Amino acid sequence: MSFLSVQKLKKTYPVRSGGETVVFDGVDFDIEKGEFVCIIGHSGCGKTTILNVLAGLESQSGGHVFMDGREVSGPSLDRGVVFQTHALMPWLSVRSNVAFAVQSRYPSLSKAEVDSHAMKFIEMVHLQAAADKRPSELSGGMKQRVGIARAFSIEPKMLLLDEPFGALDALTRGSIQDELLSIVQETGQTVFMITHDVDEAIFLADKIILMSNGPQAMIAEVVVNTLPRDRRRATLHHQPHYYPIRNHMVDFLVHRASDIASGKEARPLVPRFVSPGLTPSH
Amino acid sequence: MTSSVALRAAILSALLLLIFFLVWHIATMPVASTQVVSDDYAKLVGGAAAAGQQSAFPTPADFGRKLLEAVSDPFYDNGPNDKGIGIQLGYSIWRVLLGFGAAALVAIPLGFLIGMSPLMLRALDPFIQLLKPISPLAWMPLALFVLKDSNVSAVFVIFICSVWPMLMNTAFGVSAVRKDWLDVAKTLELSPLRKALFVVLPAAAPTIMTGVRISIGIAWLVIVAAEMLVGGTGIGYFVWNEWNNLSISNILVAVLAIGLVGMLLDAIVARLQKMLTYKD
Repeated sequence: MSFLSVQKLKKTYPVRSGGETVVFDGVDFDIEKGEFVCIIGHSGCGKTTILNVLAGLESQSGGHVFMDGREVSGPSLDRGVVFQTHALMPWLSVRSNVAFAVQSRYPSLSKAEVDSHAMKFIEMVHLQAAADKRPSELSGGMKQRVGIARAFSIEPKMLLLDEPFGALDALTRGSIQDELLSIVQETGQTVFMITHDVDEAIFLADKIILMSNGPQAMIAEVVVNTLPRDRRRATLHHQPHYYPIRNHMVDFLVHRASDIASGKEARPLVPRFVSPGLTPSH
Repeated sequence: MTSSVALRAAILSALLLLIFFLVWHIATMPVASTQVVSDDYAKLVGGAAAAGQQSAFPTPADFGRKLLEAVSDPFYDNGPNDKGIGIQLGYSIWRVLLGFGAAALVAIPLGFLIGMSPLMLRALDPFIQLLKPISPLAWMPLALFVLKDSNVSAVFVIFICSVWPMLMNTAFGVSAVRKDWLDVAKTLELSPLRKALFVVLPAAAPTIMTGVRISIGIAWLVIVAAEMLVGGTGIGYFVWNEWNNLSISNILVAVLAIGLVGMLLDAIVARLQKMLTYKD
């Protein structure tokens, strides 16, 4: 079995008039250890719900999630979450925010050990100069980097990111993406991330899960990113694989995501693995 | 710019105070009159006032003399009916701190539990809504009957009036803690106690402190009335006693002292509130 295995996941909400709405149904995918997987789809397809189920913050209506051979039921320190809204404690300094997580993870550490462990991860996101500031004194990008440092500091088996850069401007987003990619490559962290941004997904992910529109959303395709792993933002768009992959994803989001939902395109029985970057055009 | 506004505001404040004293002075100036009044009244308020030549209301100068007297020797004790204003204020502050402290010890933990449980919040809401608007003094006869001690009853009245704002604010603050922070607590697998102490409490602290500040204000308002009823000691008793002595100057001194202490109590809690409030 894969490191993380999602099987027949289903989420329904009761409707006031009786019956229920199916947000998504039959969601199956696997993530291997050390893989970076992005999920992309329009609002309402249930991406955040899937992530919350993986985090243990929400419960599914059907199906199972297994991680490392054990069923996921409820939140755990094995899965670190970076929240969309960063969710830092505003009454604690940057250092204390990270230290609080470290202390929860390693309760037997001494105060000094907790502090040095926390500082290691603050330095990793290059925020040592702001360590004693409160979140309110930081820019949006810095706050999100603290959120990343906090999630990494508990050294989880799996990192879950809920559209972490959505609220940031393009320049800040770029530099944090660079930072995240280099940290992930150094640590071999397994990551599952929600995004709206096609370029972000291509830059960061090994596999990109494409979801059709909700309700009754499903995984339509899994795009295998054939760009080399030591990719650089500056040279990304010169890679021969880049535009075929990008065009495939944009086409999916613009046309096929709704076509599958409306029945114009047949619903795939099992998600197809596609490698649009391998077309022999070069 | 801001310093000049502050300076101008200070000058204007001083000017307003001066005008106030001037109007007071003019209003209480002696007037020529030959009005005939009863002898008993003349004995009480002094001959000149009875004849209408002098106002029965003290002039600013009378007030100033009394104030100086009170400030120069605030802690004298000549028996139960003649104690310095400092001693009387001390009794009142002590009662307020006792009643308010007991209320905080009950209201904040109880409010915490109510706020954590939507069920309790709903179940207790009708009781709280019913009990909250009752004038604290309405409890006085019941307190005297049950507790059989006027001093304890006064403290109880302070307790009952301080308890509601703190209870309501704590319950509300705790129930309104942002879901993000609770999700963080969940993913960090915090124990219920650690979650309560390190996430919910600091998150709700500003709201709780608002309740504390309202409570201490109400407690200080109520103590004066409560002490007028139970008598014996305290600034409220002092005011009532001086009314019976018809010493308007002493009443004015007491009124000023009540205002100053109230301001001080509020300032202390406000400072604490500022320390516990975070910028988001």
